[in-house]
Amino acid sequence: MTGLPALLDGVLVVCLVLLGLSAVLVVVRLLRGPSGLDRLVALDVLVAEFLVGLVVYAALTGNSALVPVVVAISLVGFLGSTTVARFVRRGTDR
Amino acid sequence: MSAPTAPPGESGLEVALDAVGTVSIVVGVLLALVASVGLLSLPDVLSRMHAATKPQVLGLLLVVIGGALHLRTSVDVWMLVLVGAFQLVTAPVTAHVVGRLAHRGDGVRRDLLHVDELTDRPDTTDPGPDEPEPDEPEPEEPEPATRGRGRDGTGHADGDGTGRRRGRDGAP
Repeated sequence: MTGLPALLDGVLVVCLVLLGLSAVLVVVRLLRGPSGLDRLVALDVLVAEFLVGLVVYAALTGNSALVPVVVAISLVGFLGSTTVARFVRRGTDR
Repeated sequence: MSAPTAPPGESGLEVALDAVGTVSIVVGVLLALVASVGLLSLPDVLSRMHAATKPQVLGLLLVVIGGALHLRTSVDVWMLVLVGAFQLVTAPVTAHVVGRLAHRGDGVRRDLLHVDELTDRPDTTDPGPDEPEPDEPEPEEPEPATRGRGRDGTGHADGDGTGRRRGRDGAP
């Protein structure tokens, strides 16, 4: 039983590394996306993966100070992507 | 913090909860990885949105469940429930706005679509093409399907249906 918590912590560290890899892939799409909507979708995914990374870090360290940060970033990410969608529409139509 | 040497009073159940939470987090992170690969390799804004939904809703919910199983304090669990609820409410709104803008603009590759239900109903504010292209809406051939149903069907209602379809096919 003494080896299992250390194994679970190692698995969480591997999860953080995989999240970093997927965030790099999303940033590639964000830089390369042909239209503004591609970049917007990539930015949404980047925010979601940032939230996932914060929750994984909080679960890894047992430090619950980051949980209100997760709530705030989820709301701000929604407002930001919806507002940017408005501007993207004006930019492409006119 | 107390991970490498668990105190003897909290060994069994808490380690089990940690293990279940870790499995849930691993599944959520793998969904995020698959979604970012799909975001790179899919051709279209709409299909990239299909890939982007995975870490936004399902992956985040799985990771939130796993984090709540790790941090077993009441305040943390309710805040994580709040995060999941916010994401469930706000993700469809963003997807609706982005999908509608992609359909109005050039975010849809219309040569990959079989059915385009938004252009079949003409919208006066929609600057996109209002008429489907002549070779697009019939990619499937109806005749082998009706023959298969006629062979497999035993009732008389199926026979009537296939007769009507054959009559429609033979009329022009």
